[in-house]
Amino acid sequence: MNMAKASIPLLAAALALIGCGEQKPPAGAEVRIGHVGPLTGGIAHLGKDNENGARLAVEEANAAKIKIDGKEVKFTLVAEDDQADPKTGTTVAQKLVDAKVAGVVGHLNSGTSIPASPIYAQAGIPVISGSATNPKLTEQGFKSQFRVVGRDDQQGPAIASYLATTKKPKLVAVIDDATAYGEGIANEVEKTLKAANVKVLPREKGTDKTTDWKAVLTKLRGRSPDAVFYGGMDATGGPLLKQGRELGIKAVFSFGDGACTDKMRELAGDAAEGLLCSQAGIPPQAADKKFLEAYKKKFNMDPILYAPFTYDAANLLISAMQKANSSDPKKYLPELQKIDFTGATGKIAFDEKGDRKDAEMTIFIMKGGKLDPIAIVKGGKTMTYEEFIKGTK
Amino acid sequence: MDTFLQQLVNGLTAGSVYAVVALGYTMVYGIIQLINFAHGEVVMIGAMVAFTVINALAPAGLPPLAVVLVGTACAIPVCMLVGYSMERLAYRPLRGAPRLAPLITAIGVSIILQHLAMLVWSRNVLAFPQIIRTTTYTLGGASITNVQIAIIAVCVALMGALALLVYRTQLGTAMRATAQNPHVAGLMGVDVNRVIAATFVIGAALGAVAGVLFGTYYGVAQYTMGSILGLKAFSAAVLGGIGNIPGAMLGGVLLGVVEALGAGYIGDLSDLCVYGWIADFLGEHCAGGEHFILFGSNYQDVFAFLVLILVLVFRPSGLLGERVGDRA
Repeated sequence: MNMAKASIPLLAAALALIGCGEQKPPAGAEVRIGHVGPLTGGIAHLGKDNENGARLAVEEANAAKIKIDGKEVKFTLVAEDDQADPKTGTTVAQKLVDAKVAGVVGHLNSGTSIPASPIYAQAGIPVISGSATNPKLTEQGFKSQFRVVGRDDQQGPAIASYLATTKKPKLVAVIDDATAYGEGIANEVEKTLKAANVKVLPREKGTDKTTDWKAVLTKLRGRSPDAVFYGGMDATGGPLLKQGRELGIKAVFSFGDGACTDKMRELAGDAAEGLLCSQAGIPPQAADKKFLEAYKKKFNMDPILYAPFTYDAANLLISAMQKANSSDPKKYLPELQKIDFTGATGKIAFDEKGDRKDAEMTIFIMKGGKLDPIAIVKGGKTMTYEEFIKGTK
Repeated sequence: MDTFLQQLVNGLTAGSVYAVVALGYTMVYGIIQLINFAHGEVVMIGAMVAFTVINALAPAGLPPLAVVLVGTACAIPVCMLVGYSMERLAYRPLRGAPRLAPLITAIGVSIILQHLAMLVWSRNVLAFPQIIRTTTYTLGGASITNVQIAIIAVCVALMGALALLVYRTQLGTAMRATAQNPHVAGLMGVDVNRVIAATFVIGAALGAVAGVLFGTYYGVAQYTMGSILGLKAFSAAVLGGIGNIPGAMLGGVLLGVVEALGAGYIGDLSDLCVYGWIADFLGEHCAGGEHFILFGSNYQDVFAFLVLILVLVFRPSGLLGERVGDRA
């Protein structure tokens, strides 16, 4: 631990507290697992939540006195803070590689995971993200990169097929904000709708700064679509929804995860009621009951968002090491690639890119000012949220 | 026809907000030939102050309209102070300098204000509290909300009040005199510094109201909202003839309407599949009711500036620009 080198003493102290300290190679039967997420800044609470998930897995593994290669091993979690900043993300990744961790859980953001992934890949260290949904992460061709959460481009088909099967619209208007994310998800939605024989109006576009959607919406009103899909963020989606209702558009509004936040209630007011939207993965309260109880007991709070996924990610690393009977990344990586595991978020297996096979997507509805999960879409099949909960417990 | 009428209503609402902001640009330009690029940020600060006040008062259970009025009443003096300070600290010391110096300073002031607001109100998009219940009225096929009616009414009232101030009061006379020739106005006993400061303060007060209207209408406020709004209002002022008060009003409303109609119809007009011979040429792209649209509605902003360029090509001094004597 070199305190003098740290530019921000507070940060150094925080890191010392969570035990990232020693830099010497692991001695004997100690196996280090890294975890990276933002522990400072605007989404520090989500970073801590992710870390808690991984920590719980590690401590349970220690309590189970797991043996690898005939020796009882002690797992340690090396938790690092990437401040949700791509630059810091790469620095921290290098730090973990230097600390000779056997595997990494993280990072939280796509923006930090993508630049960090070549560093881990070069060192051959398996890394599993529990929350990075940008398709690019696993499209870089790194064999050691995995994720247990769904991809953004699986989300469009999910919300579109839900819309097509439950609301049965004849005509749908698709709008996007001309960003890579918004256009991408809108294209996926349009493709899926057209495949389901739903007519789609010519694409309308705004920008990621548009607040005045009235012109676009007025034009759409003239065509009376049964449903409207918008690919964009909540800051622009809120005004869109509000203005749509003001103009008297009765259509069902549906958004992707960028606008599937609790903030929609504030941004759109009463107009938010009845909004359909999708998120990658399953809501934490739908995770395995045993996990939820253990988490609550240990941290005295409920998991916030992605903790079940990081818990599974850490368990996947440990389970692959057990199967390979080695904590050497080179030896247990093949086991990880062909793993078949049931965790807190359900069955997990990876495809050749490192993405989770049949990842779940959740459809939410805004009801009484809160986002309620109503359906889970998995492998193109839709089941209600209640059915899903019953099935997992 | 319904759609056309609705686009007109949309355009008029947005346009009247542009017009009020444009007045701030045109008044300052009329009097000291300075394009005050920081004016958009004054509007933003007006919205932000009102946001804070309304948020603080909203849970108290007062009538919503009263809360919004108190919010506006707090935003106005804050913006007036900001307007006065920037004139006193940034522009007055450069009064005799070449014109480029105050122009660059204005850009600097704009960046400073934006970043100060970012520090105070964070970089997040703030949800403007929606305490006023919107009621929608239908008018010959177009829907118009009570908020839209209020916005148009307030803007018209503000423009009327400003016209009265400029053409009927002693301060207005002094402003017009300073605009014509500051040196001679000074010789005639006009306190030129005071008049210029008053111009900034009045423009800022108008900006504050525009900020609150904008926030209430769209339901969002962010520290960057002033830049695009300011740019549009500036274009509106130039369109009408910068320095000319009725011109700014006309330019603002016109820009709003053109923008709404443009965004509403450009997609259909640039759909190549509608035009027979092009559709034949494109063949499969147009087959089965497909569309091949050149310009989508995201060209809304571009459309506004395109009109500006066209007007300036044919009337370089703007629509009402030649009546130089009337500028204030």
